[in-house]
Amino acid sequence: MDLLRLATAGSVDDGKSTLIGRLLYDTKSVFTDQIESVERASRDRGDDYVNLALLTDGLRAEREQGITIDVAYRYFATPRRKFIVADTPGHIQYTRNMVTGASTADLALILVDARKGLLEQSRRHAFLATLLHVPHLVLCVNKMDLVGYAEDVFERIRAEFTEFAAKLDIGDLTVIPVSALIGDNIVTRSAAMSWYEGPSLLHHLENVHVASDRNLIDVRFPVQYVIRPQSDKYRDYRGYAGQVAGGVLRAGDEVMVLPSGFSTTIASIETADGPVEEAFPMMSVTIRLTDEIDVSRGDMICRVHNTPAVTQDVDAMVCWMDDVPMRPGQRFAIKHTTRSARAMVKDLQYRLDVNSLHRDLAADHLGLNDIGRVRLRTTQPLLCDEYKRNRYTGGFVLIDESTNRTVGAGMVNEAR
Amino acid sequence: MSRTYQLTQLQTLESEAIHIIREVAAEFERPVLLFSGGKDSIVMLRLAQKAFHPARIPFPVMHVDTGHNFPEVLAFRDKRVGELGVQLVVASVQEALDRGFVQAPPDGTRNRIQTPVLLEALEKHQFSAVFGGARRDEDKARAKERVFSFRDEFGQWDPKNQRPELWNLYNGRIHLGESIRVFPLSNWTELDIWQYIAQERLELPCIYYAHERVVFERNGMLFAANEFCRPRGGEETFTAKVRYRTVGDASLTAAVLSDADTVDKVIAEVASTRITERGATRGDDKFSEAAMEDRKREGYF
Repeated sequence: MDLLRLATAGSVDDGKSTLIGRLLYDTKSVFTDQIESVERASRDRGDDYVNLALLTDGLRAEREQGITIDVAYRYFATPRRKFIVADTPGHIQYTRNMVTGASTADLALILVDARKGLLEQSRRHAFLATLLHVPHLVLCVNKMDLVGYAEDVFERIRAEFTEFAAKLDIGDLTVIPVSALIGDNIVTRSAAMSWYEGPSLLHHLENVHVASDRNLIDVRFPVQYVIRPQSDKYRDYRGYAGQVAGGVLRAGDEVMVLPSGFSTTIASIETADGPVEEAFPMMSVTIRLTDEIDVSRGDMICRVHNTPAVTQDVDAMVCWMDDVPMRPGQRFAIKHTTRSARAMVKDLQYRLDVNSLHRDLAADHLGLNDIGRVRLRTTQPLLCDEYKRNRYTGGFVLIDESTNRTVGAGMVNEAR
Repeated sequence: MSRTYQLTQLQTLESEAIHIIREVAAEFERPVLLFSGGKDSIVMLRLAQKAFHPARIPFPVMHVDTGHNFPEVLAFRDKRVGELGVQLVVASVQEALDRGFVQAPPDGTRNRIQTPVLLEALEKHQFSAVFGGARRDEDKARAKERVFSFRDEFGQWDPKNQRPELWNLYNGRIHLGESIRVFPLSNWTELDIWQYIAQERLELPCIYYAHERVVFERNGMLFAANEFCRPRGGEETFTAKVRYRTVGDASLTAAVLSDADTVDKVIAEVASTRITERGATRGDDKFSEAAMEDRKREGYF
C-alpha cells in the first residue's frame, strides 16, 4: 500500500466539504461517534439533512462563523492506498493556505458548481496548483444532480477548462462529473450519467500513477545531521544523515560534496535496519563516505557531473504570506533544503494577478496572498535547482527575523 | 523496496518522522521527548532511536506523571528508558499538588492540571522544543495543528496564528521563553501506529492487549475499578475481557471490550472499528465539541 497526498481547493458553496465528507464516509473512514456528533450538530443548526460538511469543519471559531480558517488534514484509506488530504479554503484571501497544501501534494482536486461553471477562483486554483507543480490535477464538476445530469453542461465546462489549462503547464488533467451530496461518481460510476465513460473519483485516486513524479535523475542529498556516536564501539564512525531530495544513490557511486567541491565515493548507505543498496526520494538514510572530508549540515551530496546551481543570486516566484508587505531592500532569513542564510530582496520584477495572469510591472510591494517574481541576494550560496525540476531543491521559505514568522514561500525560476 | 522506487505508506511516514526528529536535533539546543509509556510515544521513541542510529538519542525524555498510573505502564516506561540509555525527567502532578502549585478539580481527575505542571517543567529545564506523539486523526483541533506548533511564553496555541509549513521545511525560530511543540506522528492514523508496531515488533504495556479485568460502566464506557476510580452507587462491577485503546490518566481512561490479545488481532479490530479512539476511551473529551481545542489553547500537549 502506498500513500497519495492530495490538496483540495474550493469554497463551501462548491460542496468541497461535502465531497471530502462523502469520501471519508464512503470509505468508512469516519466513525459512528463522529457521525453522531455531526447529526447532533446538524439538528441543532436546523439543517434538513445530515450536513457532511460538518465532518471537516474543525474549530469552534469556524463552526460559529461557518468558515474554514486554515489548512486541515484528513486521512482516509482504501485497501489500495492511504490518502492524506490537505483541505484548504478557496477564497482569495486563502491563497497562502492553498500554496501550503499544494506544496507537498501529488494531486490537486478542484471543484466547480455545474450550475455556475468556471469561476475566477477555479482558474486561480488551477494556476496555483501549476505554480506549485502538483503533478496531477482533477477537476470535479459537482452538483450534476442540480443540472439534470446533463452531458452538455459537463462538456461545456470541460471544454472551457481544458482550453484554459492549455495555457498552463499541467502534467495530467482529469475531469469528472459528480454529485458529492448524492454520491454520484464518487466511489462507483453513476447510473444517472451513463454518457460518462471515465473512472469514478475514488477509482482515479486509487490508480493514478505517482511513483514517476519524483525526480529520479538528479542526485541531491542535503546533509541534515552528522551522526558521530561518542562510544567505544563506533569510535571512528561518521555518518551523514538526511532525506534524499532527488536521484538514486548507490554504494560505490562517485559523488561530489557541495559547496566545497570535494569528490569522494559512497562507502555505504545505512539505516537503523541495516545497510541498503539504493536510496531514492524521499528516504531518510545515513550516508558514509570513503574519504574523511569536512561535511556539515547544509552541504549537499550530488553526482560529479550533475550538480545544482551554487549561487547567491536567486530568481524566484514568491507567494507572500504575511500581513506586513514585502518590499525591495528588505532582509529576511531564508531556509532552503537544510541550509539557512539571510537574503535581501534586490528587486520585485512584477506582481502576478492570479486571476488574469496579468503581470503588474509597476508593483512596488507584495501584500498578503500576492505572488510575484523576485530577485534575491543571499549571504551564502544556495545549492538549488529550478523548482519545476525538483520541488525539494527549488523551494524555500522566507522568515521575518524579528517576528520569526514564516512570511514568504519561494520557488526558484532559474538557477544559474 | 522495489525498482519502481516507491515507498509504502509506512516507509513514507517513517521517513518523514525521522526527518522531522533530525531537524529538531539539528536546530534546537534543548529538545525533549514526551514519553508516557503509551503506544504513540513508544512509536515516537523508536523513530528517534532510528533517526540517530548507531548513536544514542541526543536528548532526554520526559514523563508528565499524573500519579494516576497503570502500574504496567510505569514499569514499561522505566524498562524502555533503561534499554535506550536515555535520561528520564519526571514532572510530577502529585508533587505539584502537595506543594499547592495546582489544585485538584472536584471530580479528582488530573488531565487538565497536567498543563501547568508540564509548562513549569519545560521552563525549569529550559526545554525549547518538545516532541509529542499527537496525531491529526485524533481530534478536529489537532487536524489543524502544524508539525512544528509554535507556543508563546505561556505555552498557548493560537490556531489563527500558525506558521505556514511548505515542503519539508520547518520554521523553528523562537524568542527566549517561547517554545515549539513538535509532532512527528502528525500524519499517522491509529491503524498506521498498530501496523508499525507489528512491523517493528515493538513491545507494548500488556494492557493494550485483551485481558480479564474488573470493570464498571459509566457514561457508556467501561472503567477499571482501581484506587483512582471507584464505582459510585448503582455502578455494578463485573469481570470482562477488555483492552485499552489509549493509555492516559487511569481515572479517566476507559477500556473497550475486546478479544484481541495479539498485535494482528488488534490490527484487525482497529481496521473494523467504528468508533474513534478518543471517543471510545476518553471521559474528558466527550463533554464539549471543542474540549481539545480549549485545552490546547491553554498549553496542553
